[in-house]
Amino acid sequence: MPAWNESDVIAATVTEVLTAMPEADLLVIDDGSTDDTAALAHAAGASVLTLPYNMGVGGALRAGFKYAWRNGYEQVIQVDADGQHDPRDIPKVLAGLEHADISIGARFAGEGAYEARGPRRWAMRLLATALSAAAHTRLSDVTSGFRAANRRTIRQYTHHYPAEYLGDTVDSLMTAIRMGYTVTQVPVAMRPRQGGTPSASPVKAMIYLFRSAFALLISTTRRKSSVA
Amino acid sequence: MNVTITFLVVGALFVLVLFWVLRSGRIREKYVALWGLIGVAGVVLAIWPDLLSGLTRLLGFQLPANLLFFLAILLLLGVCLHLSVEASKLEDETRTLAEEVALLHLRIDRLQGQRADESTPPRT
Repeated sequence: MPAWNESDVIAATVTEVLTAMPEADLLVIDDGSTDDTAALAHAAGASVLTLPYNMGVGGALRAGFKYAWRNGYEQVIQVDADGQHDPRDIPKVLAGLEHADISIGARFAGEGAYEARGPRRWAMRLLATALSAAAHTRLSDVTSGFRAANRRTIRQYTHHYPAEYLGDTVDSLMTAIRMGYTVTQVPVAMRPRQGGTPSASPVKAMIYLFRSAFALLISTTRRKSSVA
Repeated sequence: MNVTITFLVVGALFVLVLFWVLRSGRIREKYVALWGLIGVAGVVLAIWPDLLSGLTRLLGFQLPANLLFFLAILLLLGVCLHLSVEASKLEDETRTLAEEVALLHLRIDRLQGQRADESTPPRT
């Protein structure tokens, strides 16, 4: 669970996840928070990996995957710290790993109420279409941060997991697909964020669209990264 | 003729400074390559200005100065790009180091917790 200055919600989210999944180990990656996110997460019962400075979601996640790889975990699921993801869906998303290397908890797959409009919606469509074509399966929500990986994928992630914006979702997924990893999606409901505000301005949405297309272009033309 | 001497002095000084900085270990060799090319090109052109005029005609530039500016900008762009590439590489390297530090930190915390209280299981 990557977390950056989430002191308002982190304790509640950690408690909820641990209640829903008592048999799981929960690692919170504190991405250079300036508040007491790390201490609160630790007090709530999570292990905390504290990064010395802010690296972005992708940076935090690669550190988490390295931790998982070195400690021999067979499966990993990433969950947002802001409480958007319902921990009760975790077993459902993990079940997707039975027939794929990566399992994505997707918002648009029929469950829950999630609406996106204008350029942001086009961007999501573009990304979903491109990645679906590459993966030969229907993926409707490729920017979802609610996804699970098996040990094979964890290893790939430790080698290639970009820290750039959108690199953590789109690029990592596209690279994994091109390396031959299989992807599946599981419909989940998203809850409104417990704290913070989602960006909604049309300018930001346009920038988002542009950056999506760019991230896609880079990740599809990139030389395949080799896992030693 | 005056201009030639000026260029020669400036070019030679540049190469000298470059050599000096390299020798005292304040710059890595890989950065010197491009700068050295610029310095040597400056000196060569100062000694044989006809070379520039010939090249100007050959490449279809109107004035030798145009070619000179064009080449100068091209080389500076090359240096900038090189620096950006190196900066990205450094960022990647610090990222990896930061990950290692964080992972080691967590391990130390765990080991200390284990030693402080042997009855507590190491992993929850």
